[in-house]
Amino acid sequence: MVSIIGLHKKFGKNPVLSGLDLTINEGGIFAVLGPNGSGKTTLIKSILGMVIPNEGEIKVFGENVKNNSNYRHKIDYLPQIANFPSNLKVKELIRMIKDLRQNTSEDQHLVELFKLNPFLDKKLGTLSGGTKQKVNLVLTFMFDSPLIILDEPTTGLDPISLIRLKDLIQAEKAKGKTILITSHIMSFVEEVSDEIVFLLEGKIYFKGSISELKTKTNQPDFEHAIASILIDNHA
Amino acid sequence: MLSKRLFFFLSIVCSTMQNQAQTIQVCESCSVSSLKDAVNQAKAFDTIIVQKGTYKEYNILINKPLTIIGKDYPVIDGELKGEIITIISDDVTVDGLFIINVGTSYTEDYAAIRVRKSKNFVIKNLVLEKLFFGIYIEKSHHGKVFHNKVIGDAIEEYNSGNGIQLWYSHHIEIENNYVEHVRDGIYLEFSDDCLIRNNVSALNLRYGLHFMFSNDDIYQDNTFENNGAGVAVMFSKNIKMLNNTFKENWGTASYGMLLKEINDAEIIGNTFEENTIGINVEGSNRIIYKHNNFKHNGWAIKVRGACYANQFTENNFLYNSFDLAYNSKINDNVFDGNYWSNYTGYDLDKDGVGDVPYRPVKLFSYIVNRTPETIILLRSMFIDIIDFSEKVSPVFTPDNLLDNNPLIKKVTW
Amino acid sequence: MLKILKYSFFDLMRSRWSYVYFAFYLLLGTVLLFLNNDLSKAVITLMNVIIVLVPLIGTIFGVMYYYNSKEFTELLLAQPLKRSSIFLGQYLGVALSLSMSLILGLGTPFVFYGLFESSAIWDFSLLLVTGTFLTLIFTALAFNIALSNENKIKGFGYAILLWLFLAIIYDGLFLMTLIFFEEYPLDKLSLVGTMLNPIDLSRTLILLKLDISALLGYTGAVFKQFFGTSFGLIVSFVMLTVWVVLPVLRILFKSKRKDF
Repeated sequence: MVSIIGLHKKFGKNPVLSGLDLTINEGGIFAVLGPNGSGKTTLIKSILGMVIPNEGEIKVFGENVKNNSNYRHKIDYLPQIANFPSNLKVKELIRMIKDLRQNTSEDQHLVELFKLNPFLDKKLGTLSGGTKQKVNLVLTFMFDSPLIILDEPTTGLDPISLIRLKDLIQAEKAKGKTILITSHIMSFVEEVSDEIVFLLEGKIYFKGSISELKTKTNQPDFEHAIASILIDNHA
Repeated sequence: MLSKRLFFFLSIVCSTMQNQAQTIQVCESCSVSSLKDAVNQAKAFDTIIVQKGTYKEYNILINKPLTIIGKDYPVIDGELKGEIITIISDDVTVDGLFIINVGTSYTEDYAAIRVRKSKNFVIKNLVLEKLFFGIYIEKSHHGKVFHNKVIGDAIEEYNSGNGIQLWYSHHIEIENNYVEHVRDGIYLEFSDDCLIRNNVSALNLRYGLHFMFSNDDIYQDNTFENNGAGVAVMFSKNIKMLNNTFKENWGTASYGMLLKEINDAEIIGNTFEENTIGINVEGSNRIIYKHNNFKHNGWAIKVRGACYANQFTENNFLYNSFDLAYNSKINDNVFDGNYWSNYTGYDLDKDGVGDVPYRPVKLFSYIVNRTPETIILLRSMFIDIIDFSEKVSPVFTPDNLLDNNPLIKKVTW
Repeated sequence: MLKILKYSFFDLMRSRWSYVYFAFYLLLGTVLLFLNNDLSKAVITLMNVIIVLVPLIGTIFGVMYYYNSKEFTELLLAQPLKRSSIFLGQYLGVALSLSMSLILGLGTPFVFYGLFESSAIWDFSLLLVTGTFLTLIFTALAFNIALSNENKIKGFGYAILLWLFLAIIYDGLFLMTLIFFEEYPLDKLSLVGTMLNPIDLSRTLILLKLDISALLGYTGAVFKQFFGTSFGLIVSFVMLTVWVVLPVLRILFKSKRKDF
């Protein structure tokens, strides 16, 4: 469903991705992990076409992403920082995104779920960070696309909303969708993901299930396994 | 109608004064079928009436006092062969002819009608077309040129003549004429004590009005527009220029009016509108400029060379690109109590006079004088800045050139 | 693209700045007309305002809008939309809302004054047309600056510098060049120099209306042809269009290659 071959990206003189190959098959939850600056966001943005690779080829559903915007109809993306035009009302933003993509009625259900009803007539500039993230989630999940990309979805969420988010992710997975997540919250990753991709210095260091990672690193739990990779590679 | 009535009037006058006075009819089928024959047959103080028709004649010499009246504008066609009517006698009146096709020559100034060494003449209601010179008055005096229409087709200056020309003549009145498309509309040389009133001179190749070595003349209520170079008044004294309009004289060497070596003149109540230069003054002294409107000119007034003791008072300077250009640092002229639309001062004591003096010469006008192409930067912000700095501390422009009493409101009179 | 344009436009039309801008022009127009009561003088003052202020506001506003809507842009980028549509839409949204404030702000008092019966309507329309062109040009230039500079402060710095250069410094250099080479024929050089700066170009266009008498006072044949016929008017408008098209093309080119 997503295949990446020989992806290179430099920002100025600083190489971020150097020769990354990755194939993501249909169905399941993939977590992209790695230390700060390992290229997680760059990888995701490359898939979305927001970052233009220096070299390499990215195909999503068999379509080359270069100079193409059509394939994004099949992707729902949750950006990392939710900062919307401050003059717009929540309601208007939702209507606008629907207008730009396609119509859906799923948003009402999601608004209910995240208890956003009292905020619908408020301007986005007046909302708190957590509320904005909820709006962000509504915008992402209201479309029914086969690929969902979530960049730090847990930021600013209260525990109840977090539980609802997890439920939502599982429900989407049950529909046979592919979900790509980046997160720093290891417990969250461990809980939801089927497979992880670990990036280190612009390359894939590890790809497989969590139990495989534990075996490879000889560590009893996930967090220590990750830590041990980092220590080994920086020692 | 007018000619008819005049005819009666004149015939009565003639018959009472001159018992023998006759009237001679000229028409195409009459026994006298040409103007020339009529003049030959006529005795002094006779009246010749030319009926409607076309008369192919030239070199018509009028050597005795006669009144020649055209009925319904008979055409005198010179067929480009030479001068058409020449008057060499006193007391001649020519009225109501349509004269066309004057010959062109490079050696002689052929005219549609010429008055030579005569007095008490009247030339009126003529229409002149396809001409070289129009009405040429030489060494004559006490005559009238009234209500004529001169329509030339001049293209080049060297082979065209002037509409109404005065040479060594005096006490001539030129009124209510219309002149267009000739070299100089009205030209005066060595002609004193003339009155030029209510004429329109437009679209001429060179000057609408051209004055040379002529003193004590008055020109007033005339309109000069769209002439190649405007109006030139040169080497003359005691000229009064009143209530004329100078409009739309555009071009490199164009101005509403050129004053060169003019002394003791009065320029009052004129309007200068949309000329490249409103008045171009060179070596002229003791001139009074009062109650003139300078509107939308490139330069309202351009002063070159030595000009002393001129007074500019109570004029309106409205939206000119430059109000005043000076090419020297010395100023001996007075600017006082004018209205300047570019004035940005204030009037705190509300007496109608600005509290800070106005400085009409801009640094930029000095720059444009030096490098004309810089005109393209007119009204640029950078230019405003350097003009401002020059205003604060004059370096290139005369520092005593000030209007100390700039008016807050337009002058009316 | 039209959808993006619509959202950017309405977003801006509701923002405080549009009102401030609109109110400023409204006030300016009213003060000029009703306190002065002289149309000719008002048109001259307006020209100064338009060739100085409109570019400044266009640049500042363009840069500001770009940086402020960065996250919104990223949100849009993840949608199935073409990059060219996103940026062109945003650019037009800003440029058109600014033009609208200008035209309505200045136009309203003039209409109330009785412009339609006045002979100054052509001068005034020319002012508004050049004002609109300048808005389009400088907003496009601002977007270019913002696209090339991630750093906000730097972007604003360059924007101000650009304005300062084109509005003032350029003319200073231009003047010095002309004076320095004054022995040579300069009419072509000076016309080319004018074409290369959109502010000068607009100024010249307005001069063709206001100061034609002075412009025709110069000898050069090229000048005469340029100012004396409609040639100048046509060339100036063509150049202004080029000045809009080139920066817009660069917006498209730059945005296609930019990482977000």
